[in-house]
Amino acid sequence: MKTYLRFFMVSFLALALTGCSGESHKQKNLNSKSITVWHWMSDREDALNELVNRFENETQVKVKLELFAPSEAYAQRVKASAQTGTLPDIYGILGEKRDFASFIRSGYVKNLNEELSAKLGNETDVWKNSFFAKALAVNEFAQGNEFGIEPGIYGIPLDASTIQMVYNKKLYAKAGLDPNNPPRTWDEFIEHNRALKKSGLPGFVSGFGEIWMIDALASNWAMNIMGEKKVFATYEGKVSYNDPDWIKVLSLFKQMADEKILVEGAVTMVNKTAEQTFANERATYAFNGSWCVNVYKGMNPGLEYAPIPPPAVSSAYPIRVWGGAGGSLVVNNGSPRRDGAVTFLRWLTAEKQQSYLSQATENLPSVKASLQHISPILSGFADDMDNATHPNVYPVHEYPEVTEAFNKGIQSILIGEKTPDEVAQNVQKTKEKELAKNAK
Amino acid sequence: MNFQKIRTLLGGYLFILPAFLFFIIFSAYPFFKVFQLSTTSWDGISPVAPFVGLDNFKDLLMDNPVFWHSMKNAFYVTFLALVVQNSLALLLAFLCDRDIRGGNVYRVIFYLPPVLSGIVVGLIWNWIYDGNYGLLNHFLTFIGLGNLTRAWLSDPQTALISVSVIHMWKGFGWGFVILLAGLQSIPRELYEAARVDGANSWIVFKRITAPLMIPVFILVSILTILGTMQIFDIIISTTGGGPGYHTEVPITRIVAMMIGSSKFGYACAMGVVFGLILLAISMIQIRVSKMMRQV
Repeated sequence: MKTYLRFFMVSFLALALTGCSGESHKQKNLNSKSITVWHWMSDREDALNELVNRFENETQVKVKLELFAPSEAYAQRVKASAQTGTLPDIYGILGEKRDFASFIRSGYVKNLNEELSAKLGNETDVWKNSFFAKALAVNEFAQGNEFGIEPGIYGIPLDASTIQMVYNKKLYAKAGLDPNNPPRTWDEFIEHNRALKKSGLPGFVSGFGEIWMIDALASNWAMNIMGEKKVFATYEGKVSYNDPDWIKVLSLFKQMADEKILVEGAVTMVNKTAEQTFANERATYAFNGSWCVNVYKGMNPGLEYAPIPPPAVSSAYPIRVWGGAGGSLVVNNGSPRRDGAVTFLRWLTAEKQQSYLSQATENLPSVKASLQHISPILSGFADDMDNATHPNVYPVHEYPEVTEAFNKGIQSILIGEKTPDEVAQNVQKTKEKELAKNAK
Repeated sequence: MNFQKIRTLLGGYLFILPAFLFFIIFSAYPFFKVFQLSTTSWDGISPVAPFVGLDNFKDLLMDNPVFWHSMKNAFYVTFLALVVQNSLALLLAFLCDRDIRGGNVYRVIFYLPPVLSGIVVGLIWNWIYDGNYGLLNHFLTFIGLGNLTRAWLSDPQTALISVSVIHMWKGFGWGFVILLAGLQSIPRELYEAARVDGANSWIVFKRITAPLMIPVFILVSILTILGTMQIFDIIISTTGGGPGYHTEVPITRIVAMMIGSSKFGYACAMGVVFGLILLAISMIQIRVSKMMRQV
């Protein structure tokens, strides 16, 4: 009995000590000579590994690349690691601007302003100027930002993206439409859809089950109809969602439903399924990001398609598309290898590496100089980069509850359950509730 | 108390210490932490969690119709699971309880769906329910019921029931196994004696099977209620809670609040309220079942 008891106590203590070694593990991480990078981009894993090998050969500095997918799991891991002080040297923050701000406020992210404004060696320009301004902007906190964050740029874009519409050229020709003349206006879009329907061809697909995609398309049209200023004034609570311009935005989705433009089931479809639907030529149009070039290539290499901006509803304001940075990486402010981490990111975003990355992954590069190496289809996505915008660069942000009510409301319009007026009223009610709550 | 007694007592406590520590670390601490976080407006990132008292609970109880709508949806799926899923499980358990040829094969087949991942099941059923090229629509057209075809998961009239069917298909295997085990534990002599006394099948079921199966029925129904109320993976992989709010359930709302809105404190309050509701349901059920046993 005594022997058993002793054995048990020793084993238990050993286990307990092993379990309590979090601090020593943390210490080991800090003292490690290699730079640890966490990312979620499974589609870019091979190319990134190749680049890491090249970097190690060139600099003799070890880089440990760790992939955590899917992105939801990655986002949770990063948040949990922030709580336990075990964030890696380089990582990405997935989420909205307020999440980014919270990470910075908590001291987990280094302000890279100084490094981005510096010229190294025989470089002719500062690091900052090599990027697409739009790609860098999503990681920037301007003077007087609503989050109270010290002005600066806090992340480095690894690649860029724009979210636009794509159309199938083969199906266009089949319907007797000119494959080189896609719809530029809303009326043309409706007209072309009628022609497609007449020929028994499918219409429009998007992953509207992921409601942020509804948000992207709706805000494109909102900015086209009423201009950015009025959209932001709505977010500030100065313009009501019952305003005729907002009703007009919602009415576009009503018209989509009435004309049966959406393929069956798109309202609850995830984007992956929507991508399969378009790649398999079961939809003539899709609303998708520039990452789709790589996805469609994998699903149907023979697919003939081209990107176009969402059709303009009004000529009063330009049509804006969501875009900017694809994936961005930040440097852990608490890391003892901050300088090495910045060096690695600087190397990773040099023209040569960016050209390789964009060619290997069919993603838009984040630096301008690498643009010459991309495919023609991808180039079509890059053309609209100047018109790109993104909630992360908005000067003011809508409450998530209001955004959800708006997007879910659009789903209700698409299934014929609610009218644009009913949805607008409901969204405005939610807005007033949130305003009152936050005024407290 | 002499030294020997103290040593014996201490030895006993030492033996339960590991389990006790595991319980404290992995059950009790998270449980109380959720309570504590539910009184804050923590965003899940910041090291500071501002205390807001009972504000989250007040808002949830008085001013969050979407959460209560999601609760209604969960009750609907649970009701269907209790009645349809468990009836099917009982029927199949009865059939497999008899000495039929290939009984073991059927047992394995019936138990397969619960073993599969909810996400995988959701993706498979997505193909079945697909509005354009789905198996169900194809079958309906084939048998001349083409007018019934639709996008089952996007239609507000069929979305929730379609998700419920997937959940029941995935879940009936659990009930089947437990009910079958219960049936097989009933002594065969009782049936033989009843037959000798001239009892028909209905009388045998009413007087022997049902009373002896009450504890098993209770167990299955508690597991069904708790399992179904917490339905999540199937919803996420099929409808994502849509269209609109038609297939939202409490867990999808909690996740939306936690990840979509970064309101961890509020999400914890939702978790606490939801947990209390589940606890209340279980307690009512246990009480009712005790009363039934007395009858």
